[in-house]
Amino acid sequence: MSIRLEHLNYIYSPNTAYEKHALKDICLEIPAGEFVGVIGHTGSGKSTLIQHFNGLIKATDGKLFYNGENIYEPGYNMKNLRNEVGLVFQYPEHQLFEIDVMSDVCFGPKNQGLSPEECEKRALEALRLVGLKEKYYKASPFELSGGQKRRAAIAGVLAMRPKVLVLDEPTAGLDPKGRDDILDQVAYLHKQTGMTVILVSHSMEDIARYADRIIVMNHGEVMYNDRPKNVFAHYRELEKAGLAAPQVTYIMHDLKERGIPVDIGVTTVSEAADEIMRALGTEISENEDMTGDGMLDADAMGGDTSDAGATGDGTPDADAAAVGRASGADTADSKNMEKKR
Amino acid sequence: MMDMIQTEKLIFEYEKRDEDGNVIGTSRAIDGVDIDVKEGQFIAVLGHNGSGKSTFAKHLNAILVPTDGTVWVDGRDTKEPEELWNVRQSAGMVFQNPDNQIIGTVVEEDVGFGPENLGVPTDEIWQRVEESLKAVGMLSYRHHSPNKLSGGQKQRVAIAGVVAMEPKCIVLDEPTAMLDPVGRKEVLKTVQRLREEKKVTVILITHYMEEVVDADKIYVMDHGKVVMEGTPREIFSQVEKLKQYRLDVPQVTILADELKKRGLGIPAGILRKEELAECISSQYTHGNRTGMDG
Ligand SMILES: Nc1ncnc2c1ncn2[C@@H]1O[C@H](COP(=O)(O)OP(=O)(O)OP(=O)(O)O)[C@@H](O)[C@H]1O
Ligand SMILES: Nc1ncnc2c1ncn2[C@@H]1O[C@H](COP(=O)(O)OP(=O)(O)OP(=O)(O)O)[C@@H](O)[C@H]1O
Ligand SMILES: [Mg+2]
Ligand SMILES: [Mg+2]
Repeated sequence: MSIRLEHLNYIYSPNTAYEKHALKDICLEIPAGEFVGVIGHTGSGKSTLIQHFNGLIKATDGKLFYNGENIYEPGYNMKNLRNEVGLVFQYPEHQLFEIDVMSDVCFGPKNQGLSPEECEKRALEALRLVGLKEKYYKASPFELSGGQKRRAAIAGVLAMRPKVLVLDEPTAGLDPKGRDDILDQVAYLHKQTGMTVILVSHSMEDIARYADRIIVMNHGEVMYNDRPKNVFAHYRELEKAGLAAPQVTYIMHDLKERGIPVDIGVTTVSEAADEIMRALGTEISENEDMTGDGMLDADAMGGDTSDAGATGDGTPDADAAAVGRASGADTADSKNMEKKR
Repeated sequence: MMDMIQTEKLIFEYEKRDEDGNVIGTSRAIDGVDIDVKEGQFIAVLGHNGSGKSTFAKHLNAILVPTDGTVWVDGRDTKEPEELWNVRQSAGMVFQNPDNQIIGTVVEEDVGFGPENLGVPTDEIWQRVEESLKAVGMLSYRHHSPNKLSGGQKQRVAIAGVVAMEPKCIVLDEPTAMLDPVGRKEVLKTVQRLREEKKVTVILITHYMEEVVDADKIYVMDHGKVVMEGTPREIFSQVEKLKQYRLDVPQVTILADELKKRGLGIPAGILRKEELAECISSQYTHGNRTGMDG
């Protein structure tokens, strides 16, 4: 169960003055159940890359295997691929075209051949997950603000219950709470259902917080493909490629330069807080369990992981969001623990 | 200093119409906003999705006119039809989605469109096109088709288009939402340069808290109203309040807060990496627990 790319190339407008070799000899494997982050400068090929995953763009050259089958073989069931690999576009406008939000979100499930009742059930569930208020369900997508459109577009894909969820800059335009809520929801679904998640983002902080692995694109090539800590250790190279490390990583470098013995591999706020306290010699105890508990508390207080303790905002989504938030914190914690070991 | 933008009891309602075009309802997106921006200021507007930021921005170059109340841009009432031209010349706008902005079939044509419309002489148009494309790092794409650019590249072209018009005031509606970290920094640098060299007034709408730490003033919107206003330090020292409005503080400030909760003596309202590092290292050199307050 995976997506595998072998020597994949993509060229836009071949043999014209605007020929663009957007993907160059890409070899990658994304195992089922992973949470992968994709970063890269504007124009590096991220959107082109991920549109191959559900067959929207066909490689100029090379192979793409989904669950071991080459999708470019004649007779391959493309419709099935599109049902299983859900893609949320970079611009929600490219995805919203029905008369109202509800019909838009039902579009995917309807195409999957589900009954109207089931479509509606899934649509409601998805709309709640993304935190779009009920009063907008019957609104035209054109009457929505930028962030509301984004939510509707994400709901449309979630309603299809994809096995692989591909998100192209899903949080661009979302307010900070919306960004945390939606990514927490995605992390929750990922954990609960084993859904593979491929997240394209320009936020190094979000990527550091959620991804198990990061693919770095640079001028159409894969520059790094590694765990977050290892990737962000190359922050100078990343900067040359239009990127950066998460902000806390820079603080750790700064502290180290000032002679404070901190681990510069830290990429999230709660890790950084722990590490700074440790380096300052203010640990409560050497006992592993106790440190672990302390960390959970800190996260519940609303650290970087999830707003777990934040006030409910009284919106209809608050309940659904609360569930996701709690579990989101969970995921992040288990990740922190893992990194600690 | 002159007022560049002034609004008084600004109210805006979107009208809902049936198929025959009759108004069947209204929804209020701006609800009594008073804002005052001086020439040359850098103003940031924050607020949750649907809080009214874009609707507000569209009043600044008269794409929308008030349902009630008044907006003056460079002293001109945007409601007066004969001022429309002058208002648009004074305040240039970069839209939230560059697709709504890009009109030309070739990048340089697109960027030249604005100044051409303003009646700028041809030689100067080309000079401005070149300068502004250079400023956003897109000069090598001048002969490309805007439709065939990546998301972030389109956004840069849209910014160049407004810069080329050399307006007195630039309104940027989430200009960096699709940019990579370096691109984001470059756009902010471009904006700063325009302020320094041309004394341009800047109004920046964004969801990235880090981008507004240098603003002269921040306005926070909620349900069409301004609910907080102040300097970045004043605003970002109110973490809990911001969270209620679905906002956040820069990651540096979150870390500072986190350390404070764990007992380090750190002042409120830390905004920059260097500030925090300085603060932590002073506690380290003291080398003991005297810096602790918990
Ligand atoms: N339709 C097209 N025709 C020709 N070239 C294109 C087309 N679409 C994209 N390109 C080019 O292909 C390259 C890769 O574009 P892509 O959209 O994959 O980048 P990206 O990494 O997603 O960028 P961003 O972060 O800005 O969204 C870019 O240089 C872009 O100019
Ligand atoms: N064309 C329209 N017709 C009807 N209602 C609209 C229209 N455009 C926006 N609205 C509504 O007006 C309110 C304010 O929208 P606006 O676009 O100003 O928000 P915003 O603060 O810019 O949000 P975002 O951060 O998501 O871009 C929202 O509730 C939105 O649904
Ligand atoms: Mg893209
Ligand atoms: Mg907006």
